[in-house]
Amino acid sequence: MNILVALRMVPDVVEELEVAADGKWLDLEFVRMVLSESDDHALEEALLIKERQGGKVTVLALDAPDLDDVLFSALAKGVDRAIKITGAEKGVMTREAAHVLARVISNVPGLLPADLILSGTQAYDDLDGLIAPLLGHELGLPFLGIVTKLDVDLSAGKARAVKEYPEGVRGEFEVALPAVFGIQAAEKPPRYVPVAKVRAVMKSQKIESVPAPAMEEVGLSMIQVLEMSKPQVSGHAVMLQGSPQEVSSGLCAILVERGLL
Amino acid sequence: MAAEFWVVVEHWGNRIGEITYEALALGREVADELGVPLRAVLLGHNVKEMAQSLGKADVLTYVDHPLLSEVVAETTAEALVQLMKEEMKERKPRGVIVPLTNVSLGVGTLLAARLRLPIVNFCKDLKVVDGKVHAKSVLYGGKMESMVASDVEPAIFGLWPGARKAESGRVDQSPPIEEVAVSLREPPIRLQRYIQPEAGDVDISQQEVLVAVGRGIQGRENLELAETLAKDLGGAVCGSRPVIDQGWMPLSRQVGKSGLTVKPKLYLAAGISGAPEHTEGMKDSALIVAVNTDPGAPIFNIAHYGIVADVLEVLPALHEAIESNKGGGKHAA
Amino acid sequence: MDHAAVGVGSACSEITLENLLQYPQGREILTCIQCGMCAGTCPHGEVMAYPPRRIIGMLRAGLLEQVFVSDSLLACVGCYACMAKCPRDIQLTEVLLPLVKEQVFLRLPELPAELHKALENTLRYGNPMAESPRKRAAWVKTAGVPIRILAEDPRPVDVLWFVECQNSYHPRGQDISRATARVFHALGVDFAILGNEEKCAGECARLLGETGLFDTLMDYNMAVFSKYHFKRIVTSGAHAYDAFKYQYREAGFRYPMEHTTPFLSNYVDSLKPRLTRKLGCSVTYHDSCCLGRHNGFYEEPRMLLRAIPGVKLLEMPHNRINALCCGGGGGGMWLDTYYKAKGYERLSERRVKEAVSTGADVIAVSCPYEVSRFEDALKVLGYDKKMVVKDVTELLSEAMEG
Repeated sequence: MNILVALRMVPDVVEELEVAADGKWLDLEFVRMVLSESDDHALEEALLIKERQGGKVTVLALDAPDLDDVLFSALAKGVDRAIKITGAEKGVMTREAAHVLARVISNVPGLLPADLILSGTQAYDDLDGLIAPLLGHELGLPFLGIVTKLDVDLSAGKARAVKEYPEGVRGEFEVALPAVFGIQAAEKPPRYVPVAKVRAVMKSQKIESVPAPAMEEVGLSMIQVLEMSKPQVSGHAVMLQGSPQEVSSGLCAILVERGLL
Repeated sequence: MAAEFWVVVEHWGNRIGEITYEALALGREVADELGVPLRAVLLGHNVKEMAQSLGKADVLTYVDHPLLSEVVAETTAEALVQLMKEEMKERKPRGVIVPLTNVSLGVGTLLAARLRLPIVNFCKDLKVVDGKVHAKSVLYGGKMESMVASDVEPAIFGLWPGARKAESGRVDQSPPIEEVAVSLREPPIRLQRYIQPEAGDVDISQQEVLVAVGRGIQGRENLELAETLAKDLGGAVCGSRPVIDQGWMPLSRQVGKSGLTVKPKLYLAAGISGAPEHTEGMKDSALIVAVNTDPGAPIFNIAHYGIVADVLEVLPALHEAIESNKGGGKHAA
Repeated sequence: MDHAAVGVGSACSEITLENLLQYPQGREILTCIQCGMCAGTCPHGEVMAYPPRRIIGMLRAGLLEQVFVSDSLLACVGCYACMAKCPRDIQLTEVLLPLVKEQVFLRLPELPAELHKALENTLRYGNPMAESPRKRAAWVKTAGVPIRILAEDPRPVDVLWFVECQNSYHPRGQDISRATARVFHALGVDFAILGNEEKCAGECARLLGETGLFDTLMDYNMAVFSKYHFKRIVTSGAHAYDAFKYQYREAGFRYPMEHTTPFLSNYVDSLKPRLTRKLGCSVTYHDSCCLGRHNGFYEEPRMLLRAIPGVKLLEMPHNRINALCCGGGGGGMWLDTYYKAKGYERLSERRVKEAVSTGADVIAVSCPYEVSRFEDALKVLGYDKKMVVKDVTELLSEAMEG
């Protein structure tokens, strides 16, 4: 079984995000990048499938600060191959990233034919499109998103996928492979990998570097960001101040007033 | 060519989704500003009567196909692609609103990709500036907003819940209906069955008071604090996605995009940051009180009252305050 | 037990479970007489499936692999009690346990969620709380006294004060930092801090078995130290103290180094005239594992407390070498949920009950973990109106006011 996982680095919101001087995007100087949370789940789901059913897992990502740590960590977790795509234009949005990923997947030997292509269902900067359906479109493969469980029957060329609907309802689907899946949450929380293992992998394994293909088309996104800003909130909560005891009695009084106590 | 503005209808479980009405309310405003008619697009199988509440639109296109009874992005998008290719020979939609929920996620992106159109995701508002549609989109879990426009029309606008009040988008009258046929091949993705959430648990959507816990509760054993408080207040405990993912609570307690939408009289958000995926499920609660150690947590933007503190300190303190309020002395009214 | 004399440090890093017999400390391990003092004194003794005695037994029988696949050693809080009581003076907490726990850690199929987050956060942000590194020195603004940050002013300084994570980010820790800064300032100590460049010293990760994380932090901290000119390091972190004294030596750490409490005890004569406010409370001192059992600093904190006017010192039954660990070391700080699920009594609660029994108003502490752990335990047990927790430096600072 051949599984590909597309990973993306996104700005880490633990740090204060600031707007760049031109007011159109983030100030990238102080931004730290982190693996998009649902991509982490996609990686975990791939590893779980490999552990259950065997196969090979390859991760691919466009180069970004701190990406190497993520790729080595993925190798330490049991991924077989890690590919870093270098030279893509800085600050590409999702649509162009999907195009680059798809071209690399198609051109680098050993990646296709793949049975499953996984990515996170959504990254919080997927402004110009979601990566998984874009990958599906670029590769001519069907796409199913918001997936929380995958079971592959390779001999039948099918997978059983569980997808989330609202109100806690889920749908079980039969999907003809190969297909692209947008993973919402893996069946288990992403595993921890001891730093010693990652450090050992840094010495014993390599990340493959592949240059991004020249873009024959530009402006795939077709959107312009006119302005970026911190949210102006029309209303903000009335903040209760004081010690836990003080805010609690204050809150109690409010609840009594509202007839809730 | 006649210009229009479109809204794709979302329905599921034999009901029109609330977001559809929100989208129609917004679409109406945009269409009126542009001076064009508002068209609703309804895709499904034997759902024509759903048009009865879509009177906010001037006209409705109805696409019926048996395969559309399985609500999945691939199939819906394919039908929309065919529809748009056909319709755009004579009509010029200036924009198309597609909902962004667990039901419709992916439809907008596939549509945009296949028709080589732009898509603007995470929209929370649209407005018309100098005759063009501009979108206000939310990024980074609510930490930033951006104003986005496109030179190419139509742009697909992936709309997040909460842009407008649903009541203002609902008109109980069917617009004129135009039926269009599409042909769909057997899709490679077939629904086998729906899995309902575990029964026998509390229906949180019926509770008047909810104590909601998020990552800030830190551990399963701290749930007791929330449960005690819920009992004090005559309500139930619910959670945001991370808490359910950890297995600390069953799926039936999840509030948000993949869980339930609730509108209790009191929603106490304990240790929840307030990412849109959660707030969409509770933003209409009558009274929202949020506790979080991060003063910049987006939850404070929708809460009525906020407390910057550790939930592990506030929850027990609140319990004590309620206890002494009960015992200590109810004043004469 | 004079650990400095034993030469712990550089030799230990080369000891592995395979080459144990090539080192004196390794051969020493095998002189165990299986008396069981270690298991008897271990605070988690009743629940520890593999106390040191059994580990050594399994080692001799060639069955160590069984120990590695048990999660029992997650209950070891690295308190040095077993090592302090061992009649053979075997370096249990310093040598044997870290070697075994490293193997256990590598084999754990899953980490308890809170611990998982704490470790990931420490690697990524340099602190277990997922706070931004850029906010590490935010407390400085409200300290009330000038505090030099070396990145802004890299001139040579006498003391590099290594503040540590809890004391940088946790509200109570920040209280302690502000108090410490005021005391340093009053004594005319020439000091500076690393500010945002400071990262966790890593000792608790190491005691847990996450040696890779420890090595990464050690490499980083050593590189930062080498950028600046200072005569010595004073740290508020009891675990950081241990890390620098014993482990960082193998990375070349040679700076004179002290923990704030013994450091300040050198100034007790200068302090006394400045301690003008009578506190009027009874205080019981909790000996922290690192400062106390491991390094023998029992009298220094007591000397400081006795110097404060109006303080009456009361001793708990388990004091000095017998002190009961608060349960925060060895990863215990992030395993409360895990221990609770297994039905263990909280060590901090056990200790607080003993403290309350002395009738004292205050538990005085000198390790950053202890403040939040004991305050939490007091609340849970309902004693938070009876007793408060204060760091020794906080009491000194309070006695300096007015």
